[in-house]
Parts: sequence; structure tokens; C-alpha cells
Amino acid sequence: MKWDEFFVTGEPMIYGAMVSIVLVSIAILVGLTYFKKWGYLWREWLTTVDHKRIGVMYILSALIMLFRGGVDALLMRTQLAVPESGFLDSQHYNEIFTTHGVIMILFMAMPFVIGLMNVVVPLQIGARDVAFPRLNAVSFWLFFAGAMLFNISFVIGGSPDAGWSAYFPLASLEFSPTVGNNFYSLALQISGIGTLMTGVNFIVTILKMRAPGMKLMRMPMFTWSVLITNVIILFAFPVLTVALALMMFDRVFGSQFFTMANGGMDMLWANLFWVWGHPEVYIVILPAFGIFSDIISTFSKKNLYGYKSMVFSMVIISLLSFLVWAHHFYTMGAGAMVNGFFSITTMLIAVPTGVKIFNWLFTLRKGKITFTSPMLYAMAFIPIFTFGGVTGVMLAMASADYQYHNTMFLVAHFHYVLIPGTVFGVLAGLHYWFPKIFGFRLNERRAKTAFWLIVVGFNVAFMPLFFLGLQGMTRRMYTYSADTGFGPLNMIATIGAFVLAIGFVVLCYNFYYSFRHSPRDEHGDPWDARTLEWSIPSPVPVYNFAKVPHVESQDAFWHAKKHNVPLFKEGPYEEIHMPSNSGQPFILGVIMFFAGFFLVFSWFIPALIAGIGVVIMLAVRSFERDHGYHISAKEIAATEQKLRGDSV
Amino acid sequence: MLLSGCNSMVVLNPKGPVAKTQSDTIIFSILMMAFVLLVVYILFVFMLTKYRSSKTSDDYEPPHMEGNKWLELIWTVIPIIIVAILSVVTVRTTNAVEKVPAGYETQKPLVIYAASSNWKWHFSYPEENIETVNYVNIPTNRPVEFRLYSYGPITSFWVPQLGGQKYAMSDMVTKLNLVAEHEGSFMGKNSNFSGKGFAQMEFEVLAQTPAEYSKWVKDVKDTAPKLTEQEFNKLLKTEIVGRKSFTSTHLGFAPAPMDMSEHGHSGDSKSESTDSSKPMDHSDMSNMDHSNMSDMDMKDMNDSSSMESGH
Repeated sequence: MKWDEFFVTGEPMIYGAMVSIVLVSIAILVGLTYFKKWGYLWREWLTTVDHKRIGVMYILSALIMLFRGGVDALLMRTQLAVPESGFLDSQHYNEIFTTHGVIMILFMAMPFVIGLMNVVVPLQIGARDVAFPRLNAVSFWLFFAGAMLFNISFVIGGSPDAGWSAYFPLASLEFSPTVGNNFYSLALQISGIGTLMTGVNFIVTILKMRAPGMKLMRMPMFTWSVLITNVIILFAFPVLTVALALMMFDRVFGSQFFTMANGGMDMLWANLFWVWGHPEVYIVILPAFGIFSDIISTFSKKNLYGYKSMVFSMVIISLLSFLVWAHHFYTMGAGAMVNGFFSITTMLIAVPTGVKIFNWLFTLRKGKITFTSPMLYAMAFIPIFTFGGVTGVMLAMASADYQYHNTMFLVAHFHYVLIPGTVFGVLAGLHYWFPKIFGFRLNERRAKTAFWLIVVGFNVAFMPLFFLGLQGMTRRMYTYSADTGFGPLNMIATIGAFVLAIGFVVLCYNFYYSFRHSPRDEHGDPWDARTLEWSIPSPVPVYNFAKVPHVESQDAFWHAKKHNVPLFKEGPYEEIHMPSNSGQPFILGVIMFFAGFFLVFSWFIPALIAGIGVVIMLAVRSFERDHGYHISAKEIAATEQKLRGDSV
Repeated sequence: MLLSGCNSMVVLNPKGPVAKTQSDTIIFSILMMAFVLLVVYILFVFMLTKYRSSKTSDDYEPPHMEGNKWLELIWTVIPIIIVAILSVVTVRTTNAVEKVPAGYETQKPLVIYAASSNWKWHFSYPEENIETVNYVNIPTNRPVEFRLYSYGPITSFWVPQLGGQKYAMSDMVTKLNLVAEHEGSFMGKNSNFSGKGFAQMEFEVLAQTPAEYSKWVKDVKDTAPKLTEQEFNKLLKTEIVGRKSFTSTHLGFAPAPMDMSEHGHSGDSKSESTDSSKPMDHSDMSNMDHSNMSDMDMKDMNDSSSMESGH
């Protein structure tokens, strides 16, 4: 292999990116050395098994990926703003929309959701940690290794260019001969294994580690949504694992599962991909539903309306999510019977979703609504998501879908559900739980400026796409001629995209601004909230709960506040057992990164060595004797007194 | 103003019965969904204006409300009824658009094989024994049965003003029944991403009166060259080409893949049996006779295309 095949050459923008990557890396290395932060970074973050810190690392990675995927989006919108634009060529455009899709779903939405899950769920159920803290760290580092492997593809070897759904035979070696889709299969595989472990970890955590008295039907709605989400992960991700493994065999080892000739079945890929891919949509949307439920209830000063039907509808959605995948290819000629079946199952999802919308509306009824920044995101979610939802019902009708399929109408629809759903959801969650994580609130004024820019920009960017779809504009086309008449609406959409981008910049500036200027939190409950995580000081001490809470009802903390009953038993503190930090998850992630990287380029001997490294790491762990450590009662008393001025 | 707006939305400006059915379905669903939106939006605005904290007294304590069995039942049952209505409409219209459109069942459909390759479309007319590239002429008021397949990635054959799209794949034939009821030139395109030249994969569909159509066929036969196997293979390899016409089809030496769409289409089995005379027999035979050869063709093609995209 020659060097010019290894590095992507000939693109001024990519040269610019290479230079900036090198400069930023050098700056980070120099900065860490100069400020003598290597030890701190290693001890406190890279080796941590604390669920809160792992959550923060997930969220930080997700935010970085949001910007990477966002820049991709801006490049695409710039290219499409005017007809016959020469800003990007077709190959570059194809790579950008592929990486935009993959990054936003798998390396932004998922880790953001998993990050919030990590920070919040143990706190909401009154637990001191997740069930398998070390495994949790492994999950994170595998996700991170996968994300990095995917991201280097645009400077080394070339990005995947067959769409995020990577349909065969287009994604096969015949039609995509560069290593781009090797990166796709291996990066997704590595991070997907991490996600699967998260699924197991959180199911066990929620089922086995709830505080005494917290029955399933007393859990906060976010925890419920996480439980259901992780059950979906457990069923959906193995399908992706198998599909990606077959893809890797096809591309790296020359097998013929999905090829055109020799018995390969291109539709097998489409089926496997969407059997995972459709539930994946609900993996990123259900936790957002949970976040909105908690937020709407908190800022209406009311309990959630129709709690039982909220839980039940999420269970129904999770079941239906596995019965609708063929609506992604109504047009493959499956016939009226099959398409009719999938049309009906798809439309049925609107029923439980509608139940949730009405329950949220009735939670507001007779409430005392305050429009804080998290609440604003939740309130914007309801009308915009409903609009996205009804266009989804329109798409579900097979006969009509023959006209919408693969058009901008579809693009508009899924952005109209994913952005108000998942993105507003995680942003609402971030603003809501930020004081719990860091001990100070984000500045409300700046948060609201960012919110309005995001909401207005979003609608200006995506509303025109519905009409472009009906005008016959297909997605993924890098250019169009002036006489198609697509020009004006595309220009409007591009302007909207830039407004949206400015909103995200303001949002991030707010982190810096609030860090400098926000008053520090005193009592741990800045929102007058309802659930257990607000009953402990912020930022949360490493052991979470100094004493285990006793739960008597839903909204346990609210109940304790209103009825003046103690949440924690009287008496002295007892020592707490904690898991020790470990460098192994990080090292395993690094080795997996290199194993994946070598396989991408079919360098089998280094890949084999890395593979042996993985086995050694697993073996080391299985022979390890580490019983963790104890925090003494005295130390806890001191910490608690410092944090909340308690007397012992 | 409004009319011109509608005209630019090709999907809602149908020129044949299939697209008409779909356009009606879309408009019906828009009305139903507008009703749903209206209910949610009214409730939403009502709740937000009435129950904001600035409108309540400081000592107001919101009540604890568990939910209400009857209310929750209402907003479960009404959506179920809406979904049921939409389901009936969907199943009926989906069946309708998969068949030869109503009123045209007695006519023998004009069969046109539409194959995609490397960012172009090949149209073979077995009945007339002619072939075109990147444009297709059809007679008005006669059902046209497009048989779709691909020499490469999955593509989707779409003529929005005549009807919704369907995939073209390398290992099977899918069918699309369309009728043009108005003369005119309509935009057709591939709508499924298929690689570098995807954006250029457009073709013109020209609907002509039967007389004009016959004249065009005669013109092609009089003036166009014969399509040899060599010429066809060369054409497959060429990435982007303009329009072309030929006096024979590629179905003889490079037949369409096996027809697997039969089981899904109870509707057109009848029309199938009536027209399976010459062209089908021919392609079936060649399929049997040269099964090895066609395999080799396929392989040849793959090699060449991978070479091409490699440079």
C-alpha cells in the first residue's frame, strides 16, 4: 500500500483538517505536560469506574461528536444552497452524508443518552453505583475506541460513502473499493459491543439495586424508560453484531453474503440492518420521553398524569418497534399483503405515542408551570414532535410511501422526530441535571437565547424539506439543476441550518460562561424537584448516598419534603464498600482500537497480535483479585458535613 | 399563486391513475392528520396559557392527580379508530397501485424492461424489439408494465407524476404498473442512492398518443443501429451517457434475472399469463441455455466495474 492511499490526499479542506488535528493534539499534549495534569487525568478520569464520571465522559464525547456531525451537516447544506454548486464534489458529499448519519445516531445520540443514563439512573433509584462498575468503564472505552476509529477515517484511508444504512451491493468491495466501509463495519462493531454491555449492566442495575421500598411502579419515569430501552438494546444489538460481522467477512475476507453474484443476497443486509435499525430509533427516543416526563412533572409542580399508562405505552412501543422494520423498504416489491401488515403495525405506534402526548398535556393541567430552560425544551418538543409524528403516520401508508420514499419528505420527517425528540431531550436533560453533576446551574438567559435560536433555526431548516420532497427532490443527491426549481427552498433550509448552528455555539459558550459566573449550588435541589437524585448534595460525592434512602411512594423526595418524613434513617454513618479504579478498561479500548485499525487495512499479522492482546487482557482480569476498598464512616461524616453542613 | 405552487409539487400533480390514487391518499391523510394536530395544538396552547405560574397565586398548590381511566381510554380509542380508518385506506390503495389500474385490466400491457447500470437507465421494449437509454416513450391510455432490475447497486425507479417508485435489484425483477392519461414529458429518476453519479440518474418519460408512439417506434427502427452484445457491454462500463436508441434489445444475450416478484402480486398474475408469449419465453430459454455464460457475464461485469471505481 502506498502512502497516498493511506492518507487522504488532494482535498484542501482535508489538509486543513489534518493540520488542525495535529495542532490540537500537540496543544493538548503540551498543555497536559505543562500543567502537570497527566497524573490527574489518569487517576481521576481514564481509570475511573465511577458511573457519574463515566457519564460525564460519554456526554463530553457526544458533544464533540455533535459538532463533528454538525459541521458535516453545514457542509451539506452549503453545497445544496444553490443549484449546480461546486463547493463539494460527489465523492466528498457522499462521504459527508454517510458520516453525518452514522455519527449523529451512533456517536452522538446514543452516547448522550447513555451518558445521562449513567449519571442519573443510580441516583434516581437510590443506588451507590451500577451493577458492574468495571464493565461500565469497558463499555465507555469500547464506544470511545469505535468513535475514534470511525473519525480518523476521513484523514486516513477515506470515509465510508455508501450511506449510513450501507446498502449492499453498493457497500461491497465491488462498488466501494476503498477502506471506508471497513471502517464502518469495525468501528460500529467495537462500539456496538460496548453498547450491548451497557444494556446488560443497566437492566441488572435497575432490577437488582433499587433502594428499599422502591417498587417497579414507584420508579421515576426516566428510570423506567432506561429499563425498557436497555431491554430493546439487548434484543436489537446482537442483530447488528451479526450483520456487521458478515459485512466484515464480505469486505475483509472476501466472503459473498451480500454480493451480487454467487448467491449473495443484498436484501438480507437491508433486513438485518433495519431489524436493528428501527428499534435503534426507539433506543434513542424512549429515554428522551423519560427525561421529558420527569421535567414536565417537576416544572408543573405536579406528579406525572397517567403514570401506569405511560409505562404501559412504552412497553407497547418497545414491542412494536420490532415489528415494523420492513417499512424501510416498502418499495422492494414485497407485495400488497406484506406492505399492508407493516403499514398497520407502523401506524399502531402512533397510539401509545399519542397516549403519552395527552398524558403530558394533562400533567400541565392545573399545574404551576415555570419556564426554565429544561422546561422550554420539553415544551418545544410537544408540538414539533407531534408534527413529526403525524408525518410519520403519513409515511407509514405504503401506497403513499411509494411517493415519499427516499425523498426529502422522509429526511424532513426523521429530523422532525429525532431533533425535538432525542436532541431536545438530551439538551433538556443536560440543563436539568447539570447542577447535579457540576454543582452550579447553567445561566438561564444564555440558555434561553440558545434555545430560541435552536428552535427557530430547526424549523426554518427542516420545514422546507417536506415541500422539496413533494416536489420530487430525492435525498443524498449532491447537486441539482436550476430548472428543477429546488433552489429557493434549499436556500431557506441552509439559512435555517446556520441559525441552528449558532444556537449550538451559544449553548456551548454558556458552559464556559456559567463555569465562570454562576453561583455555586448550596443545597442540591435547585429546581424544587421530586426524585431521589435531588435529595443528595451537588456535586454528588463518590459514594452517592451516605445512607440508603427508604422509599414510600412515587416521587419519593417530593413526598419526603411535603409530608416532612425523613428519607434517610437516623443514626451514625456506616462504612461504604467501593470498587477500585482500573486502567484495564482504557487499555482494552486502546488495543481494540488498534485491532480494528489493522483489520480495516487487512494487516492481518498486527491484527492477530492485537487480538491476542485482547485475550490477554480478558485473562488478566479473570485472574485478578480486587475486592475494592472501603470508605470509613468518619470520612463520610466529614464529607457530608462539608457538603451540606450536617451535624454528625 | 396556489395553483402554481401545486404544479411544482409533482407528487400532488398526477398525470395517471396510479399517481392519482396516491395523491388522493396523501391529501386524505393530510386532512386526518391536520385534525389530530389541531386537537393537540389547541390543548397545548390552552394548558400553557392557563396554568403558567405567573397566573396563579403564590400559595397555590397543584393537586395530586393519578390519571383518569375514562380520559385515558378516550385518547387510546380515538387514535385506534383513526389508525383503523387509515389502515383500511392504506390496504385498499396499496392493493390498487400494485395492480393494473382499474379500467385498464382488459388491455394488454406494454412491457418495458428498465435496467439500471452505472448511473444510466436501459429501456428494452421486447414487443417492438427496440431499446433506449436514458429516455422512455410510452403511449397514453395504455397500461405499461415496467420490469425493473439492476446491473449493480439497488436503485429505485420513480416517475412521480405517473406513480410511486419501486426498487431495481440485481438478483430479481420487480414490477411497476403505470398508465399515463395525459400527453407530456415527465421527469423520471433513480431515487435510491447508488454511488458517485447518482444525482445524474434522471430520464425523460415522454407520453405520446398511440399514433405518435407508433411513429416514434418506426423512426427508431428505421434510423437506430442494432444493439450488439459487445456494444452493450461497452455501454455498461461507460459511466454517464446521454440518450441512445437501438433496434434490438439486450434481453437476448443478457436476460433479466429470474422473476421472483410473482408470489407477492396476486393482482397481475392474470395479465402475466396472457402476455407471456414471445419475450418471456425467449428470455427464459436463454436463461436455461446459457446459465453458465450469464454467470460469467455477471462476473465479468463485476470485475470491470470494480476496476473502474478503483482508479
